[in-house]
Amino acid sequence: MSTHEGSYYVPEQSKLPIWASFGLFLTVFGAAHWLNGNSKGPMIFLAGGLVFAFVLWNWFSAVIGENMSGLAGPQLKRSYVWGMGWFIFSEVMFFAAFFGALFYVRTMALPWLGGEVESTATNEFLWPGFTAEWPLMVTPDMAVNGDRATVLGPDQNLSYPGFGAMFSWLPFWNTVILLSSSVTVHFAHAAIKNNQRRAFNSWLGVTVLLGIIFLIMQALEYHHAYTDLGLTLQSGIYGTTFFMLTGFHGAHVTLGTFMLLVMWLRSVLKGHFKPDDNFGFEAASWYWHFVDVVWVGLFIVVYIFG
Amino acid sequence: MAHGPAKGIARWLYTTNHKDIGSMYLWFSFAMFLLGGVFALVIRAELFQPGLQIVDPNFFNQMTTMHGLVMVFGAVMPAFVGLANWMVPMMIGAPDMALPRMNNWSFWILPFAFAMLTSTLFMEGGAPNFGWTFYAPLSTTYAPPSVTFFIFAIHIMGASSIMGAINIIATILNMRAPGMTLMKMPLFVWTWLITAYLLIAVMPVLAGVVTMMLMDIHFGTSFFNAAGGGDPVLFQHIFWFFGHPEVYIMILPAFGIVSAIIPTFSRKPLFGYASMVYATASIAFLSFIVWAHHMFTVGMPLAGELFFMYATMLIAVPTGVKVFNWTATMFKGSLTFETPMLFSIAFVILFTIGGFSGLMLAIAPADFQYHDTYFVVAHFHYVLVPGAIFSITAAVYYWLPKWSGRMYSEVMGKTHFWLAFIGLNVTFFPMHFSGLAGMPRRIPDYHMMFADWNMISSIGAFLFGGAQVLFLYIVISTIVSGRKATDKVWENPEGLEWTVPSPAPYHTFSTPPEVK
Repeated sequence: MSTHEGSYYVPEQSKLPIWASFGLFLTVFGAAHWLNGNSKGPMIFLAGGLVFAFVLWNWFSAVIGENMSGLAGPQLKRSYVWGMGWFIFSEVMFFAAFFGALFYVRTMALPWLGGEVESTATNEFLWPGFTAEWPLMVTPDMAVNGDRATVLGPDQNLSYPGFGAMFSWLPFWNTVILLSSSVTVHFAHAAIKNNQRRAFNSWLGVTVLLGIIFLIMQALEYHHAYTDLGLTLQSGIYGTTFFMLTGFHGAHVTLGTFMLLVMWLRSVLKGHFKPDDNFGFEAASWYWHFVDVVWVGLFIVVYIFG
Repeated sequence: MAHGPAKGIARWLYTTNHKDIGSMYLWFSFAMFLLGGVFALVIRAELFQPGLQIVDPNFFNQMTTMHGLVMVFGAVMPAFVGLANWMVPMMIGAPDMALPRMNNWSFWILPFAFAMLTSTLFMEGGAPNFGWTFYAPLSTTYAPPSVTFFIFAIHIMGASSIMGAINIIATILNMRAPGMTLMKMPLFVWTWLITAYLLIAVMPVLAGVVTMMLMDIHFGTSFFNAAGGGDPVLFQHIFWFFGHPEVYIMILPAFGIVSAIIPTFSRKPLFGYASMVYATASIAFLSFIVWAHHMFTVGMPLAGELFFMYATMLIAVPTGVKVFNWTATMFKGSLTFETPMLFSIAFVILFTIGGFSGLMLAIAPADFQYHDTYFVVAHFHYVLVPGAIFSITAAVYYWLPKWSGRMYSEVMGKTHFWLAFIGLNVTFFPMHFSGLAGMPRRIPDYHMMFADWNMISSIGAFLFGGAQVLFLYIVISTIVSGRKATDKVWENPEGLEWTVPSPAPYHTFSTPPEVK
């Protein structure tokens, strides 16, 4: 740690950024071809993903190496702190768009479609017979065509089943798991600050396990929704908002679990992180707390008031 | 740190230097400006006379769409990021941007994104044809297959913007020289700090809305489909929640630029520095609560119409503070009219005209008449062309001597200014008239009664386009053979960037300067 405030570490030329751009481009270019039905799409997508993963591996290795060799002064570390903080804020805004869509549909769009607002004639002329309800089982299209809902009653959806059935309700247990994992990752943080390597490894390992259990439970819930309830992405706005909100959250849990797993491996295999120098882990733990907070929001608006 | 630039193409591909990256951003944005300009000229050529002459209507729609997308995301935004890259570290006495490799990554995403977006012109079914605002269901149910490429291009250019914004925030908050307190920062730095916050707040929302489109198109969700319980109007709400802050992203850095230039050529300090900072922050805050003024005619509850109308009118207050301050800075100043100053004065006057037509559009009942007419086109071109484009041009003339170490020809610069100034007004002023008379936007044909003003607009457009070719020539000939510039360049400019030699050395402020 010889660097002081006066000399900010500016890295030499680097091949990482251009390759990262190329990998990112190939990935989305392949994905677009794939979605448009081009048979070469999946290959391009895969190649791009590999390039991108390879670049990220090298990029993080480079940053870790620079830190270990003392190139990263306190000022550069503050840049990383700002960077991670505002990255998480951008993620918050991404979720805000989907939460906003849910609120708009429930408070504006559905009441209009259901004819609950006097000045709108939409219901009478376009969707006769449609009643707004939530969870929405019969879409306007189904109402007009006289189709029955695949899901039969309000007891057969994923929403809050009442206090009596709380303990046999999967989302409740997922909430318990995720909230506990936020506590365990905090214990891990406290442990590394007190230089307790074994405790750090254990608490972090427990956190990763809780993350994996959460994801398995989520997969079970999706399976249940698709096969037993007939609730899919295609079954109208309820399925849309349900799967998109919980799905993007699940994707973030996956990424967060992976990040924490990498931190765990770094600690167990390489002995990385010191009591006063562990921002790599801390950033991952911030990310973990963030997915936890998003889940609390989801639990309240998607499940409890769902 | 003591080394110079690498040789050959590797310098540009692998660089971590904020000046190299700034130059690449600026050249890239200029290329996109010309490309978007060509699209605009196709539109104006078709509209030269009533009737269908040159292109078929679908291609016309592709041109309006691509013109908007390329100008907003390819020309204006990258140009401001390029200026931030060049100037922010020098203005605050930092050795470079806070995260130099990520900086280069932010840039290099853009050529890939725009190559992908432009390639849609050659795809089956053609390029996106639903307007740059890509309203559902035009952009979902009725979109050409290339919409998938458009969506992913938006995704990656959004990632580029977010990373750029994070970098700028970290640089400004973390890398100021000792003594450079927040309220001593040049206004360009302040406006960019606030712009960066706007970017981080709304680019993810844009990513969210194109993701919803992607899901609706390819995975059968119902976000924007009333048959499934969704709502196409939902698209407009989410889009404009991004879109309105986005227009301030394209104008706040411009405020910073003219706030640097006008004091220099008035030979007076900027009037009301603190009020400028607060006004910028107020505009940024208000930008989040006015989005539905783009949607007055869509069918909103009366309370919504009223709220968004009054909130929009509030923006005139901080904007008025700014215009007042620029005018007060010039008042009783010792004015000279070098090219950057000409562009800046034109900015103040013409942007104010665009602001007033914005105030007209903000009146909800009146907007029912103006909506989707050429009056709207006139309005936003008056704020974007003399606003964003003129300020960027002014910035290039103002700082090019510092970047290249060479002075442009004042005669050529002034010629460029007058051609651009006349071309711009001849193009866009008549659109107020044709719009008020009822000419709808985005239509390749029009009634005979609009013929005169459209012909004049088209002539102005080609004049304006020609002026930009002259600009390209001026910049290149300055870099190649301009006469040597002094270190200070101007008579008594304020700011740390003028304390370093011209051209600015490859690395500046490796040891931070002391700011009194």
